[in-house]
Amino acid sequence: MTDDKDVLRDVWFGRIPTCFTLYQDEITEREAEPYYLLLPRVSYLTLVTDKVKKHFQKVMRQEDISEIWFEYEGTPLKWHYPIGLLFDLLASNTALPWNITVHFKSFPEKDLLHCPSKDTIEAHFMSCMKEADALKHKSQVINEMQKKDHKQLWMGLQNDKFDQFWAINRKLMEYPAEDNGFRYIPFRIYQATTERPFIQKLFRPVAADGQLHTLGDLLKEVCPSAITTEDGVKKNQIMIHGIEPMLETPLQWLSEHLSYPDNFLHISIIPQPTD
Amino acid sequence: MAEPERQPMSLPGGPDAGEGAPELGPDTNALEPALSAAVSPGTEEPTGDAKKKIDVLLKAVGDTPIMKTKKWAVERTRTIQGLIAFIKKFLKLVASEQLFIYVNQSFAPSPDQEVGTLYECFGSDGKLVLHYCKSQAWG
Repeated sequence: MTDDKDVLRDVWFGRIPTCFTLYQDEITEREAEPYYLLLPRVSYLTLVTDKVKKHFQKVMRQEDISEIWFEYEGTPLKWHYPIGLLFDLLASNTALPWNITVHFKSFPEKDLLHCPSKDTIEAHFMSCMKEADALKHKSQVINEMQKKDHKQLWMGLQNDKFDQFWAINRKLMEYPAEDNGFRYIPFRIYQATTERPFIQKLFRPVAADGQLHTLGDLLKEVCPSAITTEDGVKKNQIMIHGIEPMLETPLQWLSEHLSYPDNFLHISIIPQPTD
Repeated sequence: MAEPERQPMSLPGGPDAGEGAPELGPDTNALEPALSAAVSPGTEEPTGDAKKKIDVLLKAVGDTPIMKTKKWAVERTRTIQGLIAFIKKFLKLVASEQLFIYVNQSFAPSPDQEVGTLYECFGSDGKLVLHYCKSQAWG
């Protein structure tokens, strides 16, 4: 019997084999070979692609280089979304490796936020954690932590140190025994078929009658179109970390085990592949 | 946080209440008429728009200038980025000056987050309270 805690490791160490290719219109002095990398699902593109950047900048002239950005099949990739979410939403059911195109000019201002430094990623990450804890514990747990604890969460993610991260993060996963769960579940639901941003609402892990809310309950309430069927065939896949959790799974369990390091459940709704 | 009462500021070229402004889609960013159409003083909001717009209360932190009008009706699809641009214009800050917006005096939502979503999760008493600041106020 595997321990539920093993799930945390499996989630943390999830990797996506990726092939980075320089955009054809970028000006190079030599041919730019593609660059291969295993991307950590729980991290952020601009946090783990220093080597990619160096690799391509080697064959470019300084004046042809401005802020790096990434694109997949015409869609600019938001660095402030976790990598695993981007893959689930945009590239599930395609052949690996994931082919990402690298750009150094024509930054798509409308679609992407600028990422001038690692500090920007840290600020975004910590803000997400604070928002999540506002939902889970009225911010009490994150506010009671010391500055060095916050730093440890960030350093744990940045340096891919599971134990370092979880030594602190476990406190954010606790709740009073009499409550059976968090105050609200931090979740965001993304739909591949719409331009609209994510759905985020208040949703409690436990129903008024004491029953645990499930993933299916959540979707029925906030995104019913996701679980509609046609002639008994489901039209969508509900994806978290590249798997389709059963709709009967209690939401509280999912929140504790399948949340990204930012403490949100990032749920992708993608059309069922037809083959 | 106590805010000193101030005399009304004169606001030539400030945002109008939205009357007569052209109807522009919520995604028409950066265009000034779109900003004033999407953000209007809360008190003058016709009730028919109640569903489309939410009430946002803007509070200054530290030495950041206060706004004479604090309560605004804001389209739900307006982003934090759009709201920051609006406040900067209202306060006549130069484009290079930074402005941070905080929810619950705790976290800075991502610039592409919509106020409607924040209202759903963090609104209370029918409004969303946002603090704005020229420097980072909360971690």
